[in-house]
Amino acid sequence: MQDLPFTRFLAANGQLASDAPAWSAESQPLQQLYRQMVLTRLFDQKIVALQRTGRIGTFAPALGQEAIGVAIGSRMQAEDVFVPYYRDSAAQLMRGVSMEEILLYWGGDERGSDYRAASAVQDFPVCVPIATQALHACGVATAFRIRGEHRVAVTTCGDGATSKGDFLEALNVAGAWQLPVVFVINNNQWAISVPRRIQCAAPTLAQKALGAGIPGEQVDGNDVIAVCERLDAALQRARQGKGPTLLECLTYRLGDHTTADDASRYRSEEEVRQAWREEPIVRLRTLLAGRGDWDEEREQALVADAQLRLQQAVERFEAIAPRAPEALFEHVYASWPQALAEQRETLLERLRRQATQGVAHD
Amino acid sequence: MTERSYSLLEAVNLALHRAMHDDPNVVLLGEDIGVNGGVFRATLGLREAFGLKRVMDTPLAENMIAGLSIGMAAQGLRPVMEIQFLGFIYAAMEQLVSHASRLRNRTCGRLSCPLVVRAPMGAGIRAPEHHSESVEALFAHIPGLRVVVPSSPARAYGLLLGAIDDPDPVIFLEPTRLYRMNPQPLIDDGRRLPLDSCFTLREGSDLTLISWGGALVETLQAAERLAERGIAAEVIDLASIKPLDLQTLEASARKTGRVVIVQEAPVSGGIAADICAALYERVWFELQAPIMRVCAPDIPPPLYRLEPLYMPEVGEILAACERVLDFG
Repeated sequence: MQDLPFTRFLAANGQLASDAPAWSAESQPLQQLYRQMVLTRLFDQKIVALQRTGRIGTFAPALGQEAIGVAIGSRMQAEDVFVPYYRDSAAQLMRGVSMEEILLYWGGDERGSDYRAASAVQDFPVCVPIATQALHACGVATAFRIRGEHRVAVTTCGDGATSKGDFLEALNVAGAWQLPVVFVINNNQWAISVPRRIQCAAPTLAQKALGAGIPGEQVDGNDVIAVCERLDAALQRARQGKGPTLLECLTYRLGDHTTADDASRYRSEEEVRQAWREEPIVRLRTLLAGRGDWDEEREQALVADAQLRLQQAVERFEAIAPRAPEALFEHVYASWPQALAEQRETLLERLRRQATQGVAHD
Repeated sequence: MTERSYSLLEAVNLALHRAMHDDPNVVLLGEDIGVNGGVFRATLGLREAFGLKRVMDTPLAENMIAGLSIGMAAQGLRPVMEIQFLGFIYAAMEQLVSHASRLRNRTCGRLSCPLVVRAPMGAGIRAPEHHSESVEALFAHIPGLRVVVPSSPARAYGLLLGAIDDPDPVIFLEPTRLYRMNPQPLIDDGRRLPLDSCFTLREGSDLTLISWGGALVETLQAAERLAERGIAAEVIDLASIKPLDLQTLEASARKTGRVVIVQEAPVSGGIAADICAALYERVWFELQAPIMRVCAPDIPPPLYRLEPLYMPEVGEILAACERVLDFG
């Protein structure tokens, strides 16, 4: 089989390859990506802390995968549609999904998926069943094609998702119909407790694209410059009507699968220590610092500013009262079936009865 | 406007033509629906009339068809997806149950899923294995879905237009054994029928017969036989499986006090059980007899040599009616 392309410009030690794209020589774009990656990591840490103190529900952190999400968020156009999986807060924040919305969702409130920003209003909500979202992205892309719009659907998934039929069916139809869609695999090496090597016998996940007749390639997912560059190419191809691309981004899930998981049960400390040496934020900071574009003072200012923003977002989130009980029955159907109206009345009657009897309903 | 006779199958085709003509957002997708016009020919002529972009022959993957339809629907299109036979729909269940049914709810209405799943249902056409299922109850159990079963050309036309117009996902199940039976005059006037109402096919005051889909054939025959004996049966076509039009069912049960429900599907966990329970809750004191169900036994639809034993049968319906009439 032919060797698939693999792209890396920024090595783990912060060295930039000589063939790196021209834009990576400039300070501003790299600083912007760096700031966003740090913000994402701090946001993640904040949510994990909220979960540990019982103020939010189960959460899936993106620790270690910030470069992929930030690249997606920085490269998509506002009019494109993002179809995420559940470890995508980095890209979602950049699409305009607010911190409160993300906090609301993981905090058990449907309003967290009611994105208000114009750039995110057509984006799909976080997808929990694995790989099903890949087909939604193909449907969105089909709509673009039918209407002759030069927009792209971008969808993400983990390495485990590539074992599911939905993923393969999505690649297949995207190839058959040459849809304007970009598939991004966050290959973080672990599907909860199942390592990549026993997930699939193929040497790469990118080669699954070949069976569908579409280009597939690997990227160092901890190199934000490489991910941006290859995404640019894939997005351009799709926008020009030249069809879909599959990008396998190689990274590592530094955190637990979710806050309900304990990864020490199934993987070694040594493996995780090794992975920390490869992580995406330090290498970019090393590059920027080496160029004199970053220093401790700026780092502290960035962290202080981010912590303030996070704190304010948490305060706004915690000030939002739960929805009224009757909200349970809203948005099940656009127009209310009589049966649902009766069931709502039954619930409200129960609450009224309990209120008069002084019994708390929760 | 000219009036001519249409079979149920032709009425489906007519409604699709009308919907695609009236709304450029309506698109069709499925297996063999384009140049072949569908294995039953329900989509005949649509590709020629509306082009390849709006009538899409898909790769052969039911789950993919459903997932794609969800993406298109979220973008404001009105996909009408065909599953070639209801017995092949199980591959698409995750997409329909976990996504189509709840996209509106989980986004608080920001996104919605106005798609229609068309699938031929039911036994009685001597088809191969996995081509004779009646699994409407699987979908009726899912909040956020509507389930509709037409049983005449006129209702197929009006209900399909209503389903395509509806802002939520509708499972539209077409009884194969009615496809070519009893053509009736139909005016292509674009009139929608409501998706939450029963149709009273025959009025009567002695007992109520409730059925839907193909089983209405035997149910109406039983009513005719009862009429010959001077017994007036009210026959209700449920049509809307989810949500149930309980008001109409309740009013009829109150009037007659005697109810028989005829269901082609196996008895356990079926719609007939649901109707029974709802009526007992509402009209217990006005009932003159226990409600009887005539259903298939809890067995897979058999291959066709013994298929008649599986189907609802007039004598069996009459026997249930007699038990209900003789009671008290």
